[in-house]
Amino acid sequence: MKRVNAFIGRIPEWAVWLAGSIPLALLTYDLFNGGLGVDPVRDIEHRLGRAALYFLIGTLAVTPARKMFRVNAIRLRRALGLLAFSYAFLHMLAWIFFDMGLLWQQMLGDVVKRPYLLFGMTGLVILLALAVTSNRASIRRLGRNWLRLHRLIYPAAILACLHWLWALKLWTGWPLICAGAILVLLLLRVPSITRKVSNISLKTVS
Amino acid sequence: MKLNWSDVTPEAIWLNRRSFMAGAAAGSAVIAATPAFALSGRASAYSTDEKPNSFEEITNYNNYYEFGFGKEDPARYSDALTTDPWSVEIGGLVDRPGSYGVEDLVPENALEERIYRLRCVEAWSMVIPWLGVPLAGVLEKAGVQPGAKFVAFETVYRPEEMRAQRGGGIDWPYHEGLRIDEAMHPLTILATGLYDKPMPNQNGAPIRLVVPWKYGFKSIKSIVKITVTDSQPRTSWQSLQPSEYGFYANVNPEVDHPRWSQATERRIGSGLLGGRQDTLMFNGYVEQVAGLYAGMDLARNY
Repeated sequence: MKRVNAFIGRIPEWAVWLAGSIPLALLTYDLFNGGLGVDPVRDIEHRLGRAALYFLIGTLAVTPARKMFRVNAIRLRRALGLLAFSYAFLHMLAWIFFDMGLLWQQMLGDVVKRPYLLFGMTGLVILLALAVTSNRASIRRLGRNWLRLHRLIYPAAILACLHWLWALKLWTGWPLICAGAILVLLLLRVPSITRKVSNISLKTVS
Repeated sequence: MKLNWSDVTPEAIWLNRRSFMAGAAAGSAVIAATPAFALSGRASAYSTDEKPNSFEEITNYNNYYEFGFGKEDPARYSDALTTDPWSVEIGGLVDRPGSYGVEDLVPENALEERIYRLRCVEAWSMVIPWLGVPLAGVLEKAGVQPGAKFVAFETVYRPEEMRAQRGGGIDWPYHEGLRIDEAMHPLTILATGLYDKPMPNQNGAPIRLVVPWKYGFKSIKSIVKITVTDSQPRTSWQSLQPSEYGFYANVNPEVDHPRWSQATERRIGSGLLGGRQDTLMFNGYVEQVAGLYAGMDLARNY
């Protein structure tokens, strides 16, 4: 584990941002090279949304990885979380501009009326609150409350997940696997489960 | 495949070719010379003059859950389906039940071109030039009996060729149904082709239903069974989620699907900033079909 942690310790934060922009770069490339298929609007929207969820899963994985496997990537967690927020925000912009074509009245009505849109929007508002308080000054100023505030990532992840599942006509493999991953990562935060799993995993690792 | 502007046929030439094809259909000598892979249909007064989507769009963006739940899955996997030989079993309250070949039901020389709007319940739309014949004529051929009230349809069940049928999701085979007056309506067709070509597998080869004033899922694909009955048939989507998918499934901008508004739609192919257009009552076929539902509460009979 020491070597892994030493390696992670050498990764600069900008490298996470660089790697994190790969999905966006690929999407842009496909957009200009006809790689998006018949309905580019849907592809843009869905790919941005999925990227947001993947980074959210990555963010949630940092703490269990440290507690259970002693893999310490806490330095990179902020970048992962901000990437999740950035993709979620772009996902919303794609919905507003490309999908809904700026039909504000219908959008507003839909958000109020449709649970999955309400879930998505609420999740995004939470991520926004976490993003704006992710700087050092906020951490210092909020003190213990900062930790409490940032636990809101748990409901945000659940909402993001429901947002996806609820929008589907049928529940299929991949969305359910992602939902399962989020569920496991949240369960690993239950103290008794954390203890049990880390007892087993740390024995095998060390 | 990436298409350039140079691949686009200018509309004038395209329209010209259409009238040429229509003319060609009139002379049987020309038909004999027509290669098997090309079809043509007489122009119909029921066609819209809206610009059809490209063949590329129509055949690469499909909901056909037997081949997967992604829009690209049907184009990717439907080659596995054998569509020849194929027969359709017509039964129930008909005088001449039996197994009919596609060619008997929809003879090539009877084809009409019907350029219809298609509206999916997911709030996207297309315009598609189908080739087919009115279902009414087919049912009359089988001899509909007086007690008939509904028509039930069934899609082929072949899990070895239709990969998603091996999994769950829908209780295969797929079922759909129409009221008898809807089935006999002149807008309702059995289609065996589109854009002067035999029906591509991903669009429901070899024979499918097209009911243009209803959401796309009513227009059942790859039909193997048509049953005329006196009771309302079970339909796949209705059994799956009755609160969201009714038996009628008429396009109606005023009755929302519980999860998405039906007031507007996105026309496939209109580009990134194409925006949305208003959805029309009965998908724009109100003049022709409103009479079928006179006195019915469409919010209850959705």
